[in-house]
Amino acid sequence: MRAFVSFVYLFLYAPIALVVLFSFNAGRSASEFTGFSLAWYGKAFSNTFLIQALQNSLIIAFTSALLAAVFGTMAALAMERMGARMRLVFDGLFAAAIVVPGVVIGIATLVALAAVFSVLNPALASLWPTATPPQFGLGYFSIIAAHGLFSMAVVSMIVRARIASLGRDIVEASNDLYATPFGTFRQIVLPQIMPSVLAGFLLAFTFSFDDFIIAFFVAGSKTTLPIYVFASIRRGVTPEINAVATTVLIASLFLIFAARFLMREKTMRTSGEG
Amino acid sequence: MTAAAVNDIEFRSVSKRYGEVLAVSGIDVAVPKGAFVALLGPSGCGKTTCLRMIGGFEQPSEGTVLIDGQPMNGVPPYRRPVNMVFQHYALFPHLDVEANVSYGLRQRRPRIERREVAKRTAQALELVRLGGFAKRRVHEMSGGQQQRVALARAIVNRPAVLLLDEPLAALDRKLRTAMQIELQSLQRELGITFLLVTHDQEEALSMSDYVCVMNAGQIVQMAPPQEVYDRPRTLFVADFVGKTNRLSGTVEAGGTTLRLGDGRALPVVAQTPGAVTAVLRPEAIRLDRGECSERMDALGGTVTHRIFLGNAVEYAVAIDGLGEMLVTADRSAARDPAEPGERVNLSFKPESLLVFPA
Repeated sequence: MRAFVSFVYLFLYAPIALVVLFSFNAGRSASEFTGFSLAWYGKAFSNTFLIQALQNSLIIAFTSALLAAVFGTMAALAMERMGARMRLVFDGLFAAAIVVPGVVIGIATLVALAAVFSVLNPALASLWPTATPPQFGLGYFSIIAAHGLFSMAVVSMIVRARIASLGRDIVEASNDLYATPFGTFRQIVLPQIMPSVLAGFLLAFTFSFDDFIIAFFVAGSKTTLPIYVFASIRRGVTPEINAVATTVLIASLFLIFAARFLMREKTMRTSGEG
Repeated sequence: MTAAAVNDIEFRSVSKRYGEVLAVSGIDVAVPKGAFVALLGPSGCGKTTCLRMIGGFEQPSEGTVLIDGQPMNGVPPYRRPVNMVFQHYALFPHLDVEANVSYGLRQRRPRIERREVAKRTAQALELVRLGGFAKRRVHEMSGGQQQRVALARAIVNRPAVLLLDEPLAALDRKLRTAMQIELQSLQRELGITFLLVTHDQEEALSMSDYVCVMNAGQIVQMAPPQEVYDRPRTLFVADFVGKTNRLSGTVEAGGTTLRLGDGRALPVVAQTPGAVTAVLRPEAIRLDRGECSERMDALGGTVTHRIFLGNAVEYAVAIDGLGEMLVTADRSAARDPAEPGERVNLSFKPESLLVFPA
């Protein structure tokens, strides 16, 4: 049994370990280690296409995570005040968003956006005073929208768990002590849920930064880092790609651990066990 | 404002409905300024709902709640001159003790000067004997200390009325007794009206100036503790406040004799004739050892259990033909206590028999 488990972990993590290992390979081969070198990292980070893709990914990840954090938190707060039946419906919808495969979300978002553009662009064209009306198309906006929507479900689930453990009486206590509803939100509720909002933000960032499937459908002509990696892999796996993958891996791991830490620290404090 | 109100809190035919359930039904009550009032009743009797309607967390379905003579309909909690001590303290976990206590002062507009806030916060902490704890985090403190922080957080605002929702329920017995004394002296010191919700009759009797006994959404009796105990208005009050022995029978014409089911006759203070339930407090009964007399008004029986209470001894006595009765005897009177199985005689003064129409 123990051997079996060991094999499972081996198969899971060995490929990842190999990617990390070969990113430091001095030679060009992706199967034969010929010496330690950071050359591929230098090469990767002087590749303007790659840097452009990285920049795109960072902008998209940051914006979509920010939107998801804000709207996800708002949704979580609103759901707290809903009737039990409505809440059940929205809980189900959020869970569905997380369960539905990325391919489906990708296609669905693409179709929806195409429909919106086909109405919006002609309408804008007819209303616009000059001859060159702005055209909406796939790009930053569409990826941010798709990622933001998905991440919002994740954020609102995390934040809701925190709100549920918050207890109504500290909100009432704040009301009792002359704080207006907004004052209570700012001084009591927000500081209490902030770690979970941040954790949600980090997870949303990680998700958007790593996502290939949804982005691939709605990216249009924009290239994100995962799309760039996918495209370059067709020309063969190079240590340069390994270097990129390793960088992404380390960044993602860091963000996820940070998110875990934020969520854990909070539960400790509420249970008062320190 | 009109002339200074004599009552800090007044309920005018207040009802509260939750869907089909009537939690509070048509209560009229006035709490005089500076009094310590205990709202006593079994769980679900509507006492907490009353407190929450004063705090503004619930709105009455009918009627008006007045605070200091002002009707409070539709006034949100943050605009009411009352403060509440919550059952589970409801301290803000992300703030230290000082920030918790000064919270109410910091919400006031126009702003209270920072130095004034600090001064009054320190005073309040001093008052609850937590002088050196200002910078502690609340989860580092014991239950009793958290309780005192909650108290300081409320009284620092000098409210017209302090509402206490079972504030001592979570403390162990010894701490609870200490806090009872502390609360009482605090109330005297501050002169603020205290309204305490509790289901613990001992707590209600020992601390308050008035006990307000509630049952099924209504106030059954509001009176000083001793009166509630000695002259309960109904059988429910008699039962809820203190231990009782029940006897059912009929008051005979003339009104001075209670005929029990087995034909026994007991003397009573003049009553309206009819079917009644009589109640006898365990400590109003005198227990004598020895074979019982043949007199009709005597209660002879056999001791079945003896419970040592520390300062007193409680006996369960099986009365011949009547069933079991509880008798409490002082320790001093019980220097030579009766043993289980021993024959004893019970007697009492006619005025200690509380009689209620059945």
